[in-house]
Amino acid sequence: MEPATARVVIIGAGHAGSNAAAFLRQYGWPGEIILLGEEPVLPYHRPPLSKAWLKGEATAESLALRPAEFYGKQHVTLHLGTPAEAIDRGAKTLRLAGGEALAYDHLILATGARARRIPLPGADLPLVHTLRNAADADRLKAGIGPGRRVVVIGAGWIGLEVAASARALGAAATVLEAQDRVLARVASPALSAFVDAAHRRRGVDLRLRVGIEAIEPDAVRLADGTRIPADLVLLGVGAVAEDALARAAGLAEPGGGIRVDGSARTADPAIHAIGDCTIRPLPGGAMGRLESVPSATEQAKQAAADLCGRPVPAPEVCWFWSDQYELRIQVAGLAQGAAQGVVRGDPAAGDRLAVFHLDAAGAVQAVEAVNAAPEFMAGKRLIALGRPVPAARLADPATPLAALATA
Amino acid sequence: MPKVTYIEHNGTEHAVEVPVGLSVMRGAVDNNVPGIDADCGGECACATCHVFVDPAWEARTGTPSEQEASMLSFAATKQDNSRLSCQIEMTAALDGLVVRMPEAQH
Ligand SMILES: Cc1cc2nc3c(=O)[nH]c(=O)nc-3n(C[C@H](O)[C@H](O)[C@H](O)COP(=O)(O)OP(=O)(O)OC[C@H]3O[C@@H](n4cnc5c(N)ncnc54)[C@H](O)[C@@H]3O)c2cc1C
Ligand code: FES
Repeated sequence: MEPATARVVIIGAGHAGSNAAAFLRQYGWPGEIILLGEEPVLPYHRPPLSKAWLKGEATAESLALRPAEFYGKQHVTLHLGTPAEAIDRGAKTLRLAGGEALAYDHLILATGARARRIPLPGADLPLVHTLRNAADADRLKAGIGPGRRVVVIGAGWIGLEVAASARALGAAATVLEAQDRVLARVASPALSAFVDAAHRRRGVDLRLRVGIEAIEPDAVRLADGTRIPADLVLLGVGAVAEDALARAAGLAEPGGGIRVDGSARTADPAIHAIGDCTIRPLPGGAMGRLESVPSATEQAKQAAADLCGRPVPAPEVCWFWSDQYELRIQVAGLAQGAAQGVVRGDPAAGDRLAVFHLDAAGAVQAVEAVNAAPEFMAGKRLIALGRPVPAARLADPATPLAALATA
Repeated sequence: MPKVTYIEHNGTEHAVEVPVGLSVMRGAVDNNVPGIDADCGGECACATCHVFVDPAWEARTGTPSEQEASMLSFAATKQDNSRLSCQIEMTAALDGLVVRMPEAQH
């Protein structure tokens, strides 16, 4: 058992950091817990920033992960607006902004990610936005309204969610994508095609395979010379691990991110890392980043359990959701490398879609669902079970999911 | 303020005051009751706020919406009295509510 004086310092008061503090107390951590956050606001839910919050359907209270009193009641010392600036691993101390030193017995890095920037002429003009935190979202929200012309660069999850929210707010939306389909990095061609059609139907000017030459004060200029007038530009070209602190302390990978094992341990026995800043074990054995709330929660549990001397919980099936218009998209597992995709039902009907991705042995490795919660939940279950399922029965809506997914 | 008793899978009880208008999920999260992760923050997207409503309270907590029912349909530990606690809003009439947590949410 840890001495009651042992101090855990968590750097980063986001989803992973706030959850780690909560799980440490749930699991009986007897010592001090200090949670350091760079942002001046209570830890909050990031997903609504491109969805409900942008559309004005959420409040600051509903965004907060936990109320302010939570931290005091749980004996978690929360320092907001307090970035850590350096880690001295030998001395087990941090330097905070302002020069103050803070000692730790255990450190949890939960620094998240930041929006990727691309070296595009004009990318620092005032009409250009990125979206990672509440301050970005406030700025973005102020710029979107009826009649405004919003141009999104990058058809990833965040870009498409912002386009959908912009349409809901009465703005015109153009989405520019370099690849030949939307969500190219993260979705199967079937889901890409479905989402593509959904946006076009709602009036989004979606252009694929476009190169961008420059951003101008009132337009985006494409490689072919076309000028797309813009009042606001969102750069939605992905996120990179926020690993500057770890890098200076020799804990970051050359390509970015902090490498951890299935217990969220880094190469330093006194340091765990969790959430979007990590390179973690993925289903199938590879290592990579999983930028999602469920992954942040799972790793927060791993680190807390490990520190409290509890068995680390079994790996969870990774999953993600996105809301665009009235489409609820839910994805579990990773579709990359699947041997076969099985569409269940008729995607041409247009309002729902379910695609199961089978591995070489015929077991479900991923499911992509749009407005199809039963298929999503059944798929998640089938991924966990890991046994082969006949593709023809999976494809046939007449075969009850229950017949396939109950153990 | 109305009270909710959350009973962990291992039998540990947590009696918590939950303000009217908040969800039963928020009551657990805000008081660090173990066993409710609530990844989606109450959007009915994650099913990690699954509880079993004490049979004596089932009539008063009502029935799940279609979206909620479909999220519950394949939960590993589903029972007839399964609910997503983010979809149960606290009212004065629910003072004394008892819910139990499944062994795991995944
Ligand atoms: C607009 C948007 C929409 C999203 N939608 C979804 C969704 O629908 N579903 C889903 O599963 N996921 C979604 N995500 C991803 C999800 O929000 C992240 O995976 C999750 O927030 C990761 O948690 P984290 O704690 O690792 O990082 P973060 O939540 O980013 O928190 C990291 C925190 O650390 C702080 N920090 C960084 N460096 C320091 C330092 N040196 N000192 C102190 N503090 C520091 C940062 O300021 C930040 O507050 C979305 C993300 C965004 C931006
Ligand atoms: S909190 Fe996600 S479904 Fe209830």
